[in-house]
Amino acid sequence: MGWLKSIAREIYGLFVDDGSFAVAILAWLVVCIVALSREAAGAWWSGPALFAGFAVILIESVLRFARQRGK
Amino acid sequence: MLAAIVAAVGPALTRIPLHLVQLVIGTMILLFGLRWLRKAILRAAGLIALHDEAAAFAKEAAELRGAGVARGWDKLAFAAAFHITILEGTEVVFIVIALGAGGSGLVLTASLGAVAALLAIVALGFALHRPLARVPENTLKFVVGVLLSAFGTFWVGEGAGVAWPGDDLAIPVLMAAYLAIALCLVPICRGSALAGAGEE
Repeated sequence: MGWLKSIAREIYGLFVDDGSFAVAILAWLVVCIVALSREAAGAWWSGPALFAGFAVILIESVLRFARQRGK
Repeated sequence: MLAAIVAAVGPALTRIPLHLVQLVIGTMILLFGLRWLRKAILRAAGLIALHDEAAAFAKEAAELRGAGVARGWDKLAFAAAFHITILEGTEVVFIVIALGAGGSGLVLTASLGAVAALLAIVALGFALHRPLARVPENTLKFVVGVLLSAFGTFWVGEGAGVAWPGDDLAIPVLMAAYLAIALCLVPICRGSALAGAGEE
């Protein structure tokens, strides 16, 4: 059963490295789905807004790591 | 075994509503891709260590040599090869299933792509005569991270009912945007870490 645990651990590790980074991505996705289902579905800016959120999360996570390493 | 997983799960996904598949698989690709891209940026900036494939190969090889050589059926060799292949192969299965979920027939196309990549890796192995130390691993991860992040963003958007200007043409635009952000972040992170070290 050890190899099954290894596979499960490996699969989890495929998607989650920094917990807060993964949670932020999922949270932004949920916010977008809720907002789009209410009124903005199909709006031209919905795609760029979705991307912008992910980009900001990536930038914040990387810069936060760099600042922590620099201290 | 990996082919069996693809054969079992791939066709079943085509029976689930497409937007749901795009949302779930897109989320997995997005988490996977952004995680890779983040790590590749940090490695390129020198904030986390690059993988030393030569050292890893030497360590594993020494451990296996220490276990001795078996005559006939070598259980250790079988277990080591199975373990390594199943773990790395699981990642390939996820990518094949994810790309194949877009419609019927795509699983076969994605599988052929994976087989072509396998053949390329085998050819590289014969050509290099040594572990993958010569292959620029972080550059590969950088590129794959950009591609998966772009595909993942596009797919979760499609699944969530987002409108992409230019439809499918948004994918190369997303790739270019993620690449530009990543390339800008590398020198900024390097500078930030150096500035922090200089203040001490």
